[in-house]
Amino acid sequence: MKKLTSALLASAVFCTPLMADPVEDTLILNEEITMVTRTAAPAHVSDVLDEVISGWHFRGTETRAMQADDFDNPGMIFVEQAEEVWNTADGSEGKSCSSCHEGTDSMKGVRAVYPKWNEAAGEVRTLEMQVNDCRENRMGAEKWKYTGGDMTNMVALISSVSRGMPVDVAITGPAQSMWEQGKELYYTRTGQLELACASCHEDNYGNMIRADHLSQGQINGFPTYRLKNTKLNSVHARFKGCVRDTRAETFKPGSPEFVALELYVASRGNGLSVEGPSIRN
Amino acid sequence: MAKGVKPRVKVPKTAAAGDTITIKTLISHKMESGQRKDDDGNVIPRSIINRFTCDFNGENVIDVTLEPAISTNPYFEFEAKVPEAGEFKFTWYDDDGSVYDTAKKIAIG
Amino acid sequence: MELTRRNAMIAGAGALFVAGLPIRVSAAGEDAIAAFTGGADVGAGDITLTAPEIAENGNTVPIEVASETAAEIMVLALGNPTPAVATFKFGPLSGSRAASTRIRLAGTQDVIAIAKLDDGSFVQASSTVKVTIGGCGG
Repeated sequence: MKKLTSALLASAVFCTPLMADPVEDTLILNEEITMVTRTAAPAHVSDVLDEVISGWHFRGTETRAMQADDFDNPGMIFVEQAEEVWNTADGSEGKSCSSCHEGTDSMKGVRAVYPKWNEAAGEVRTLEMQVNDCRENRMGAEKWKYTGGDMTNMVALISSVSRGMPVDVAITGPAQSMWEQGKELYYTRTGQLELACASCHEDNYGNMIRADHLSQGQINGFPTYRLKNTKLNSVHARFKGCVRDTRAETFKPGSPEFVALELYVASRGNGLSVEGPSIRN
Repeated sequence: MAKGVKPRVKVPKTAAAGDTITIKTLISHKMESGQRKDDDGNVIPRSIINRFTCDFNGENVIDVTLEPAISTNPYFEFEAKVPEAGEFKFTWYDDDGSVYDTAKKIAIG
Repeated sequence: MELTRRNAMIAGAGALFVAGLPIRVSAAGEDAIAAFTGGADVGAGDITLTAPEIAENGNTVPIEVASETAAEIMVLALGNPTPAVATFKFGPLSGSRAASTRIRLAGTQDVIAIAKLDDGSFVQASSTVKVTIGGCGG
């Protein structure tokens, strides 16, 4: 019975009106950087996707335009707030981010390769984990909440200097087992609605889920300023929202499960430009 | 003063005398509408920026009355005449009595 | 009225008819208009209102008002709990009688812009904005 309900629900929820395809458009940032927002799928997902497409193509005209200019992009307010924090000493060591890393330009390229294997720690780390490692062990400061405003704004600042660079997370070598764990999660149906990530974002991207245009669920645009809550949202906060929407108990932001899922989902966007902070619904 | 309020303005650095230029402004502010309720069901009191003005060398460019239907982080785009070199002054007035302002110089060239 | 198929069709036809008439304005909307115009007639003319036909999210809807000769332009969202949105007064150094902003719309509704022109007359323009609600994004 439950299977039937979810099958009926699936057919009722996903429908294909006209004009639901991703929009043909080109994202040029600040009239300078032409972003790669659709490109050939990387080899490890080419069996299921021909092309990988940024969520930018699934949003409305006004939302797409808002991301094209840093002044129009309200996400940049939070990047500017993080810039002040970058230069402000905190913790027992009297250090700020800039004490070791100097200007934020030193972070160029970092967002593109995270999550990343950390040899010394013997684990795959997200940017958030790396920021908290700096805070705790270099600055002697308190850890930030994983999806808190301070953290998400800082990740957006670090991401902003890599915009236009291709996402390029490593999935072989020591990160491989974590990547495989993430892949398994991506295809595992959860919750009362029995939906996997793939049910919406692989099998039904381009279709409408009620009034919403389903994207491929790419995370190259994170942290993302959502019109819904008018602030920056982190990858794990969005994962949590998605899993909750399947009516499942979710994993915790920062948990090994979500780190693995982030690595896998990031790898599905290898080749797309880093966009964070992007604008989404 | 509401927390984390920060004005941003975009004004060209130079213009020809008599030119019309485009100005954009954005200020970080929650614009609490007075329509929302907290988790306990109590109405969250209204707290918005209710007025925005732009002046150039003491003469007015635009004067806007804002209501709670203006989005979080109020954004305005408008045009101004630049008769001579001088300074644009931007002022935002908060319900709580706070006033936020910023200024931008423009040269003739 | 019981909602039968027949009644629903009659209601639908009625709605189509109403759509052809001038916009119906709530009492609060009428009060706001009267306060702005002092009860003067409002015609059509030198005022344009640009708004999206479909807004992705009612929290942030970009709009623009423009006129050649307006001294002031008031924007109302007639379907909001309180209809007032903003009033723009153009000073001596305004480069045009136009401005853009981002507004909140509680649902699909008519947005109107009323301009007080330099000659003291009032004109208005309106735009219906559909606000999408639902799915995981909204």
